[in-house]
Amino acid sequence: MSTDLEQFYEVFFEESSELLAEMEACLLGLDVNSPSMEDLNAIFRAAHSIKGGAGTFGFTDMTEMTHMLETLLDRLRKGELKVRSEMVDAFLKAGDVIKDQLAGHRGDGAADPVVVKEVCDELQKLSEETADEGAVDPISRASQAVYLHEQSVVVATATPSAIEEFSDITVEETSATGNANHAVYQIEFSTTGLSDESKENLFFNLKQQGSLETCPESDEEVCRLHLTTSAPEEDVWEMLAFIVNPAHLKIEKCTQTEEYQAGTFAAATTEVVNNAAPHIEAKPSSTSSAGVDSAPYGFFPGAPAAPREQEFSQQTQSELAQSSNAADQINLAASSNLNAKAAAVETNSIRVSIGKVDQMINLVGELVITQAMLAQTASEIDPVLSEKLQSGMSHLERNTRDLQEAVMSIRMLPMSVVFSRYPRVVRDLAAKLNKKVELKTVGEGTELDKGLIEKIADPLTHLVRNSLDHGIELPEKRIAAGKLAKGTITLRAFQQGGSIVIEVGDDGAGLNREKILAKARDRGLPVRDDMPDQEVWMLIFEAGFSTADKVTDVSGRGVGMDVVKRNIQSMGGRVEVNSVFGVGTRITIRLPLTLAILDGLSVTVGDQMFIVPLTYITESLQPSENDIRTISGRGRVVQVRGEYLPVIALHEVFNIRPKSSEIKDGILVILDADGHKAAMLVDELVGQHQVVIKSLESNYRRVHGVSGATIMGDGKVALILDTTGLVMSTQ
Amino acid sequence: MSQQQSATMASAVNAVGEAASRQLNEFLTFRLGSEEYGIDILKVQEIRGYDNEAITQIANSPGFIKGVVNLRGIIVPIIDMRIKFRLGNAEYDQFTVVIILNVGGRVMGIVVDGVSDVISLDMEHVRPTPEFGSIIDTKYITGLGTIDERMLILVDIEKLMASEDMGLVNQALN
Repeated sequence: MSTDLEQFYEVFFEESSELLAEMEACLLGLDVNSPSMEDLNAIFRAAHSIKGGAGTFGFTDMTEMTHMLETLLDRLRKGELKVRSEMVDAFLKAGDVIKDQLAGHRGDGAADPVVVKEVCDELQKLSEETADEGAVDPISRASQAVYLHEQSVVVATATPSAIEEFSDITVEETSATGNANHAVYQIEFSTTGLSDESKENLFFNLKQQGSLETCPESDEEVCRLHLTTSAPEEDVWEMLAFIVNPAHLKIEKCTQTEEYQAGTFAAATTEVVNNAAPHIEAKPSSTSSAGVDSAPYGFFPGAPAAPREQEFSQQTQSELAQSSNAADQINLAASSNLNAKAAAVETNSIRVSIGKVDQMINLVGELVITQAMLAQTASEIDPVLSEKLQSGMSHLERNTRDLQEAVMSIRMLPMSVVFSRYPRVVRDLAAKLNKKVELKTVGEGTELDKGLIEKIADPLTHLVRNSLDHGIELPEKRIAAGKLAKGTITLRAFQQGGSIVIEVGDDGAGLNREKILAKARDRGLPVRDDMPDQEVWMLIFEAGFSTADKVTDVSGRGVGMDVVKRNIQSMGGRVEVNSVFGVGTRITIRLPLTLAILDGLSVTVGDQMFIVPLTYITESLQPSENDIRTISGRGRVVQVRGEYLPVIALHEVFNIRPKSSEIKDGILVILDADGHKAAMLVDELVGQHQVVIKSLESNYRRVHGVSGATIMGDGKVALILDTTGLVMSTQ
Repeated sequence: MSQQQSATMASAVNAVGEAASRQLNEFLTFRLGSEEYGIDILKVQEIRGYDNEAITQIANSPGFIKGVVNLRGIIVPIIDMRIKFRLGNAEYDQFTVVIILNVGGRVMGIVVDGVSDVISLDMEHVRPTPEFGSIIDTKYITGLGTIDERMLILVDIEKLMASEDMGLVNQALN
């Protein structure tokens, strides 16, 4: 059975990653002063689900970690402890550890055992230490403690392990998965038709869930078991139903206990005993009423459990009192767990490999081309004779367009996928730098191609870190400048025409023009005092450029902005900087909607058609003879608005016979690639298209001046010009 | 299944495989000028008619590279073998075909004077290549096969297409 489980690993990994992300989001959104029960429950549910999954697959390290989380969370949830910011920190750290552990099980790195230990200790400490700050009335606590004292058991050695020594059952229960939230299930099923092997497997799996005991009543045909586990009833049921015929399966929940909680509680209360001495004698009656004389017996239905009752009843009164309390809590947990399950069913999604999606996109692209070809042929037929054909064609056109859009949207992911990681980045970094920063995100719903989403994350992280480190000032400085102590970093995404715009803005110090110019001069960059702001700001993208006075581990080494720019350009995007000194900086990234589609202008030279990426075109014009000059008889330049631009004659580059070799008969397309300008001579402009980029290299090789190819409406291949390469070759 | 059984099965499969390699090598034969060539049928993806209209030329490429075509959404280079090997006149008539090859994960088309047949050749009937006689470098020729009175030049098309001579891969550039 363990081999069977392996096929579900990937699902578990994916789900756990999502749950962890969800948990982190909840934690970051948690208001420490007035934590919402809903958030706490959500965090608890996430931890619990991971624990359940990890338990099923036998990832004990994760089970332990999540269990620690759960213990503390449960106390918070019940209001026994108050949420403090250290706890949130500890939770976040624990989340990181679980992430590492998850990666470890995936075969991709491993969790550092030292860190694991640290976090475990911290969680343990938090759940123990803070117990005496609990919301329980000090008097009743004291009185309970008195009772404990009278029984003279736990008080002296007030540690959870001491509790474990109490009775056999406690030890048993704690040995398997930890020590809280356990339920005893009485399982009864018919063994007819089960092979010994599958029975063994079943027992093995059940044992992994918790402690298992075979009842003496078991016989050849009916197997009766007692399972003590933290897993919810549904899990147990599912596991059994996998092997046993559900018609012959009966699971009954007996009771729950919370030794661990009782343990820590007892630990805390011991101290109170001494402190609250004056109250002790005053309240013995309340203690006995809290002792719930016969109530616990109600939780042990069925004869087989009877011997245990005796043992239970010998345990400390406080524990019994809590167990009734805990029963409610468990029910609550169970119901919330059900809710979570229901929600999971509602998110109807399937995981499909990207390869399949890409194949589908290709096929649909083909379909669109075929449809265009058909439409062209059909348009040549006399419309009077082919009315039905024509209406069919228009239907086909609409349907293919819808289909294409639908298929393209599969690859699209919302920006929130990326944005969601920054609250954590900002939180951690702000704490490190002693700054107060609020992160605002706008337009998380904006969709972007998955390929771009993955690539944009790193440059964005860099920009956010930069804004935090260089942009936002220290609170004192901000107040002195008349700003709010808390800075704001805004992440905004929206669609504008055929591109997606992502902005990283801050209300910090802004860029210092003088400082940048001075630095640029130091580095020997060609700068002038009268450079427009826009050009000055672009200097920060030069390699090795940094105006930071000192290098920190956050930033200041001057490595990064150039990488950011390069990364964005490799995605076909552009970066712009806007900044006002003392007010703030905004960095704007423009990306194409998808990697696979390009806005292009189709031009012809001779009988060939080329696509020029629209992002590089500033204008096109018909030159007059006077505008064109030759340099040393060969190179030609054209004067456009007072600038002399080199002329790239496309027919010369590609050895094509043009319609006319006279520049004045052609059209000049003015290109701007990374600030370098050139005028490209073509015969005609044909039109503007969105073209699907196809690789030329996958079956052929790189061709000078060509960055790729595409398929036009008539099914022919058109080459996409490598604008940057062409422009650079003239410089 | 017991181990013994599976072992028997495996050896049976091997035996079939060996038999195939010994007897049932299939070749697609095509004409280039007056010579007849054969290539491993498993390297052939499909055969298409030659359509000059559909070909987009690539600038600054050697003459034997006719250009690229759109083959159901992928861009495929077309190589005219007759020009490459200076065989006869590179005329395009109704028999001119493009053999679409799938070699080493790359798809490409070769223009030939016509495909004739798919034949099975017993490798025992394949003779080693003498050091002369063919326009194609002998290192790309696996042997000479004979069917009836005809001689078939067997070409290792994968090796040929990946070679530097063809300039189809980036290594040839720069």
